Amino acid sequence: MADALELKSVSAGYGETVVIEDINLAIKAGESISVIGRNGVGKTTLLATVMGHTALHAGTLALNGRDLARVPPYRRALAGLGFVPQEREIFPSLTVLENLEVGARAGHWTKERVFELFPNLKERLSNMGNQLSGGEQQMLSIARALLTNPTVLLMDEPTEGLAPVVVETLTAVLLRLRGESDLSIILVEQNSRVAFEFSTRTLVMDKGRVVYDGESATLRDDPERLAKLIGVSE
Amino acid sequence: MSAPTSAHEHPAARALAGRHRIRLWEIIPWLLAIAFYFAFPRYLGFGTELLVTILFAISLDLALGYAGIVTLGHAAFFGAGAYTAGMLAFHHIWSEPITGLIAAAVVAGAVGLGSGLVLLRTTGLTLLMLTLCTMALLEEAANLGGHYTGGFDGLPGIDIPPLFGMFEFNPLYPRVQYLYVLGVLFVCFVFVRTLVYSPFGQSLTGIRENTLRMHAVGAPVRVRLIVCYTISAAIAGVAGALWAQSNAYVNLSTLGLDRAATVLIILVLGGYGRLYGAFVGAVAYMALSHFLSKYFPTAWQLGLGLLLVVIALFARNGILGIFETLQRRIGIKRPSP
Repeated sequence: MADALELKSVSAGYGETVVIEDINLAIKAGESISVIGRNGVGKTTLLATVMGHTALHAGTLALNGRDLARVPPYRRALAGLGFVPQEREIFPSLTVLENLEVGARAGHWTKERVFELFPNLKERLSNMGNQLSGGEQQMLSIARALLTNPTVLLMDEPTEGLAPVVVETLTAVLLRLRGESDLSIILVEQNSRVAFEFSTRTLVMDKGRVVYDGESATLRDDPERLAKLIGVSE
Repeated sequence: MSAPTSAHEHPAARALAGRHRIRLWEIIPWLLAIAFYFAFPRYLGFGTELLVTILFAISLDLALGYAGIVTLGHAAFFGAGAYTAGMLAFHHIWSEPITGLIAAAVVAGAVGLGSGLVLLRTTGLTLLMLTLCTMALLEEAANLGGHYTGGFDGLPGIDIPPLFGMFEFNPLYPRVQYLYVLGVLFVCFVFVRTLVYSPFGQSLTGIRENTLRMHAVGAPVRVRLIVCYTISAAIAGVAGALWAQSNAYVNLSTLGLDRAATVLIILVLGGYGRLYGAFVGAVAYMALSHFLSKYFPTAWQLGLGLLLVVIALFARNGILGIFETLQRRIGIKRPSP
């Protein structure tokens, strides 16, 4: 059976500039991984490359065995990629309900299911996107991506800039999402505590390359190595 | 997982149903339009022009206000529609008014589709200039094709047969024209209203606000923009055809920058991306132009210019935006979408 997502020797960047180099990554259906690393090492670019928002210089990408290299972003989304961007990017002139519906497709994830995950959103259906708090916007961003019924969900620092109590709530939601309906998740996260809690496998990036791909527990239990890889200890 | 609520009780279902519901105040513009017919029989020519302008502004609102397609050349489609209906009637090929409108919509839509396929690969200033160029090209083509289009002089005295074989178009007493244009405006408005509240309409708003994000949720952005541009062009074509039929002539002014700029000003004045902004803007602009030019024949444009400066500085969302701000300040709840 083909991996849910497979990257082979991928180099990509913006225009002529190469940001990530020689990335090899394979994720099975239902598997979740975390990606950590210092600022500017290419974590967001990695997700943007999978979504097709960057220039692919070399290598191949495949989603469920289907080559994505020349596929435009919207077709990648239709093929099963969901994306929760770092800046949330809620449509401010659409209501919560309209934000959810705008890309919704039939499948495991229905409005009922996402409202179970995020009860707050159910109460805010007719509020405009720009009337939500940061936490609610993040919930809406995740819910919007889930309603596209992806097979692989890419999440770019969903807890960034949120109050600790909201981070707790979101982390609980992320844990619930793991393994749900064979959904594979790549979580880019600055907060290594959240990353290790989220997945048993962690990737560490540095200078555009993957410098560690292995057990989360190994890194968590080796603060010296972690500090060396990402410049901080837990 | 909790037991699912019944479909009708679910808040999402209620919100969805509410979104399409016609609000009571939405009847007011139509009642006013009918009242105008009885109250101002001497101004029905002005009223007809106003209704045509509203329809033209609605077509631009669909492209600019909802999809965010920045254009300064929308008169290209207005003119394409006007010349289609005008030339068909003038050359005695086809003069029945309603089918003339359909022909105008098809031709203007085809122009929109053809130009949209090329233009909508670009954005921003490039797009703005290319829309302007398209309009200028069509204007020059109409000027050069004098044998068919009447060139600089246009096509005067177009003979339009009675509507439904019964109601005669009279240029001096345009009662029939007024009601005819009102009816067509109503049909087009209902169509556009349905469109903008549909998932397609939401996706246009999404594209306007964040193209990358719409790509990421699987929306074929370019295709939707082209479809929207084509529909918008077809409606502008209908407006142009109505103008030609009700005035019984067509000339190069239908393809001019003046017309394109005026409709843009009307939309900014009323508030774009709001549907009813086209109504408010057109009424405000045309009424002001009418009365200012009557009382200040040499400086009436100064008054309009000042109004625009005030709107641009203090009410970026136009006249309707002012009302919305006032509503918020006095605490009136925004209706459910």
